[in-house]
Amino acid sequence: MSLGVKTTTTPQVPRALRWRERVWAIGGIAIVLALVIVFSASLGSAHIPFLTTWKILISELPFVDFDGTWSRNTEVIVLDTRLPRIILAGLVGAALAVSGTTYQGLFRNPLADPYLIGVSQGALLGAIIGFSMPFDPQGLAGDSVIPLFAFLGAIGAVIIVYAVARTGRTLPVTSLILAGVALGAFLAAINSYLILKSKNEELHSIFNWMLGYFGMSDWNEVLVVLPFVIAGTLVIWLYARPLNVMQLDEDQAQQLGINVERVKLILLIMATLVTAAAVAFVGTIGFVGIIVPHAVRLVWGPDHRFLLPLATLVGAIFLILADTLARTVTGPEQIPVGVITAFAGTPFFLYLLRKRRRGTFF
Amino acid sequence: MTIMLTLERVTLGYGKHTILRDINLSVGRGEMLGIIGPNGSGKSTLLKGICRLLSPAEGRILFENQDIAAMNRGQIARRMAVVPQTPNLPETFTAFEVVLMGRTPHLGRFRFEGYRDFDIAWKAMEITRTQPLAERTMDKISGGQRQLLTIARALAQEPKLILLDEPTAHLDINYQIEILDFIRGLCRNQNIAAIAVLHDLNLAAQYCDRLALLGNGAIHAVGSPQEVITEPNLRDVYGARVYVHPHPVNGLPTVLILPHDGSGAPPQNS
Repeated sequence: MSLGVKTTTTPQVPRALRWRERVWAIGGIAIVLALVIVFSASLGSAHIPFLTTWKILISELPFVDFDGTWSRNTEVIVLDTRLPRIILAGLVGAALAVSGTTYQGLFRNPLADPYLIGVSQGALLGAIIGFSMPFDPQGLAGDSVIPLFAFLGAIGAVIIVYAVARTGRTLPVTSLILAGVALGAFLAAINSYLILKSKNEELHSIFNWMLGYFGMSDWNEVLVVLPFVIAGTLVIWLYARPLNVMQLDEDQAQQLGINVERVKLILLIMATLVTAAAVAFVGTIGFVGIIVPHAVRLVWGPDHRFLLPLATLVGAIFLILADTLARTVTGPEQIPVGVITAFAGTPFFLYLLRKRRRGTFF
Repeated sequence: MTIMLTLERVTLGYGKHTILRDINLSVGRGEMLGIIGPNGSGKSTLLKGICRLLSPAEGRILFENQDIAAMNRGQIARRMAVVPQTPNLPETFTAFEVVLMGRTPHLGRFRFEGYRDFDIAWKAMEITRTQPLAERTMDKISGGQRQLLTIARALAQEPKLILLDEPTAHLDINYQIEILDFIRGLCRNQNIAAIAVLHDLNLAAQYCDRLALLGNGAIHAVGSPQEVITEPNLRDVYGARVYVHPHPVNGLPTVLILPHDGSGAPPQNS
C-alpha cells in the first residue's frame, strides 16, 4: 500500500518530536562538560586560577603555543594528577549512565540499573579475591590485579545469569532479571562472609572499593578504560532507534521489523562490558546508573536517540562534580565518591520526581 | 482477485502442544477475511503464524508466492502490519512518535526519519483522524484512541496486508463501527488485504468478505458469511444453541441468542 504522500518542502511535523530542542541540549551539555572539566582541574588543595587551567589544557593541543606563565609544578598538578582522575571519573560516570539507560530500556523497567544482572556482586567477589592475594597487599595500585579480577568477576556473573535465563533461542527479560537478582543475592552472601573473614588491613581497601575510589587514578588506567567505554557507548548509541521501538513490547518490535533477540544480545554485551570496565578500576559506584537516566528522561523525554547521548554526558558531568567534591571537601582525607553520589544525587532526583508533570516513567 | 497470501497445510503450536492442524487458507488483494471461533480455538495463534512471531511446525506460508520463512523481519514488516489486541504503548512517547515507529521497516538501521516519513505518518494520522492527538503522550490517550493510533502506525508501515487481532474488543459500538468501516474502506480503496480476528459474529458477518471459522484445532468452515454463519456450524463449534436470522436491511446473517434455561422462550398463545 502507498498512502500516496508527496513529500512537501514544509512538512507539517508536529512539535511532538522536539528534535531541535534536544539537539541543542546535547550541544549545550557538551559545552557544560568541557567547562566542568576545566573547573574541576583548577580546584584542589593547590588552587590554580580557572584561566591558567584553560591555558595549560589548550596548550596541550597540537599547533597551539602559549607563553607559559605558570610553573612546571602547576602543569604537573593539572595534567598528571588532576586531569587523569577527572577524565576517569567522567568515563565511569558516562559508562554507568549509558548502561543504566540501556538496561532500563531493554528491560522496560524503571528500577533497572547497571548492576541489576549481577555485575556489582560479581565484580566485588573478584575484587575481594584480588585483595586477599598474597602478592598484592597494597591493592588499588595502578598496576594491581584488582581491576582484572573485578572485571572478570563482573563478566563471569553476567555470563552465568545469561546462561541460566536463556531458553532455546530467546532471552526472556523477566528470566534475566530474576536470574540476576538471584545470583546477586547468592554472591552477596559469599561476599559478606569473605568480608567478615578478611584481615583488618584488607577491610579498609574493600570498603573503599565498594564505595568508589578515584584516589590512585593515572593515565594508564584512563587508557585501559577509554576504549571500552568509547566503543561500547558508540555501539549502544547506534541501536537507539531499535531500542525506542522495543519500548512497545517485543512482539510489536518484531512486527515492525526489529530483530529483537539480536538487538537485545548486542546491547546486553555492550552495556555489560562498559559497566565492567568502569567498575573494575574504581569500584561499584551507586546511584549514577539509575538516577542520571531518569533525570534526563524526565527533562528531555524518552527518545533514546537523544536520551542515550544526553545521559552519557550528564553522567560524566555528575560523577566529575561528585568526585571533585569528594577530593576537596574535607582536604586530604577523601570521602568515597559513592557517598557523595548518593548524598547529592538522591535529593535532586526526588525533587525532579516531585516536580514532574507526567504521572509516569516510561 | 489475485491471491496475496496462501497457507499450505500449516500446523501451528507451542512446543509439542499443537494448536492448529493442517490449515489451508488464502487471502486475495482487496479482500477482508474474518477469523472467528470460540475462545482458545487458535485465532490469535493463526495471526502469530502469519506474521511469523511463531514458525509453523509443518507447512508453509507464501506471500505473493514467496515463502515468508525465507524473509527477514524487515522484509516481512514491509509487507504486513499487525494491530495487536491491546497494544502496549510506551507512556511517555507522544502519539506522533508512536505512529512514526511504523516507518521502522523502511529505514536503514541507523537512519533518522526524513520529511517523507513525517508526511506519511502525518497522513496516516489524518486518515485515522488522530492528528489532534499528535503531541499528547500515550498515558493521556483512551483505549479507542490507542486502537486508532495503532492502526495509524500500521498504515504508516505502508503494508500490503494488515492483520488485526480483535480490533474492536473493549470499544463502544460507535468505535466498533468506525474502525471496521475504516478497515473495509482500506481494502476497497487501497486494494490491500485485511485479516481480522473478530469475537463478535454479527460484526464479522457484516464486514467481512469471507469468514474462516476455527474449531477443534482446524478450520471448521470457510466461505461467505452466509455459508459459514449457520446454526449447525455454530452449534458444532461453540456448542451453543443460537438462532441465525437474515439482517432486516441487508440480508446478511445475524446471530440471535436465547438463554438456555428457557426463560427467553416465546409466550405461548392460548
